[in-house]
Amino acid sequence: MSQFTSAISSTQKPGPAQSVQRLLHRHPALSPAVILVIIVVAFTIANPRFSNPQTLSLLLQQTAVIAALAVGQTLIILTAGIDLSVGAAAILASLVMAEVSAGMGMPGWLALVVGGVIGLVAGAVNGALVTRLSLPPFIVTLATLSVFTAIALLASGAKSTSAKDMPALLSWTGVTFSVGGFSITTGVLIVLALYAVVAFALNRTAWGTHVYAVGGDAEAARLSGIRVSRVTMSVYLVAGVTYAVAAWVLIGRAGAATPNGIVDGNLQSITAVVIGGTSLFGGRGGIGGTLLGALIVQSLTVGLSLAGVDAQYRLLAVGVLVLFAVALDQWIRKAR
Amino acid sequence: MMSEREPVLEARGITKRFGHVLGLDDVDVEVHAGEVLAIIGDNGAGKSTLIKCLTGALVPDSGQLYVDGTPVEFRRPQDAQAHGIETVYQSLAVVPALDIARNMYLGREERLPGFLGSVLRMTDRKGMRVRAKERIDALGIRTIQDPEVSVESLSGGQRQAVAVARAAAFGSKVVVLDEPTAALGVRESAQVLELIKRLRGEGLGVVLISHNMPHVWEVADRIHVQRLGRRAAVITPESHTMTDGVALMTGAAG
Repeated sequence: MSQFTSAISSTQKPGPAQSVQRLLHRHPALSPAVILVIIVVAFTIANPRFSNPQTLSLLLQQTAVIAALAVGQTLIILTAGIDLSVGAAAILASLVMAEVSAGMGMPGWLALVVGGVIGLVAGAVNGALVTRLSLPPFIVTLATLSVFTAIALLASGAKSTSAKDMPALLSWTGVTFSVGGFSITTGVLIVLALYAVVAFALNRTAWGTHVYAVGGDAEAARLSGIRVSRVTMSVYLVAGVTYAVAAWVLIGRAGAATPNGIVDGNLQSITAVVIGGTSLFGGRGGIGGTLLGALIVQSLTVGLSLAGVDAQYRLLAVGVLVLFAVALDQWIRKAR
Repeated sequence: MMSEREPVLEARGITKRFGHVLGLDDVDVEVHAGEVLAIIGDNGAGKSTLIKCLTGALVPDSGQLYVDGTPVEFRRPQDAQAHGIETVYQSLAVVPALDIARNMYLGREERLPGFLGSVLRMTDRKGMRVRAKERIDALGIRTIQDPEVSVESLSGGQRQAVAVARAAAFGSKVVVLDEPTAALGVRESAQVLELIKRLRGEGLGVVLISHNMPHVWEVADRIHVQRLGRRAAVITPESHTMTDGVALMTGAAG
């Protein structure tokens, strides 16, 4: 009988630091969850109004758009890519939806379909440039950030369209209803549903495992029979759909489609992803952490203003959190 | 042993160019069931290119592959896998951040039965975990206990064991190992060599690429000497000494 009997370091008991490291390694959403709890408790102590249903409702509504963008961003970062064009793509989709409905008289559902197609095409352009031409995602999306923005401005004539001039379906995402003191918008529910679907696909299907494999080690994935460019392309397409959803939620939230809706959506979504524990090196992290990350960023904004702190400190706090998250990721990646 | 020994895997006239460089020049290979065929050669002799062509990782420019005498064409690793040919690459082709079970089933995940699997496309995570552990145990690999541990937390020998276990679990005809002992210590190397003998004992054809002459002379039944992109000779540990083998590799003999 041949036996692998050597027990190199595998029988050593891990120290407490190592145990924490391993735990965070297995559950990447744990650290943002702890941070969010600490933030909520701290802000509630500073100002009890923070935990009011009204405040929390507003917080959810304000988080929804960035949270939607961050879904696509998470998928792309999991493949070791990055998408700087997310905000521009969402603005483009929202302006086109406004233009074809308010300007050209398309019914709401058709305008939504058009918006979805715009998102898909934007994702397809990014995905094709990354997979077919093997260009770095950073450069590709830096370029398409400008391209999408330019097309959006040209198509809309750089003017805003009020949601009042659009079919009701397009601003339906802004409709609020009460649940036990909380006022929830349909947009919030749509974004939560988006998270549920993507979390299911990432964790329960072979596609999800392949996304992690492509980001973790593309060559190993290829040798294991995974079609790396096909998986990568699918991620950019799914991301494109999430940008269209973000555009829809944005129209409901802002009550208008405007050229400067979420210009910094790219940086905000990347911030949410990184604070949420997904590694910028790819292959590590998860969608649940991203939702927590988006909530953390928004909680800082709301909480600091309620605590009477100068709004500029929010940026400082977000910056420190990002550094902390990246440092934590480096530490976790060394887990043995 | 087979009566009329038809090779389980055979290659005829394999040629592969990289731009102006002729990586493989009209190479023949035969692998029989229940034997260890070692492939030796100096750096750049075309060993890795050859096994990549045998396993679907590279598509040869010309030449023909046969499995059990039937002509086949491998355009991707999965084509070779579908014919029962598995490869343990030198890089191991494992994804560090994924756990052992996911790595073993990477690219051939099993779905749940019924609606959950066919419509929702849910993978059978628990089943794959259980079967991964069974296969590791069946090979007598005792240093790996928990199939949910990520591969990056394993030692080099343990990672090698995972890659070999994956190949052995799915390879019904041939297992190809590229430098399986190169990164291992003495003790772990001995365990891998034992594992190779076990695979042979189960009737698999084993292709072993190695720089380590003592390892080759210990386990190989036949030795394919690759030199300058061509097959220089096929010898056996009985017919030639290690010194002869090295001489053939470097061109000092023949």
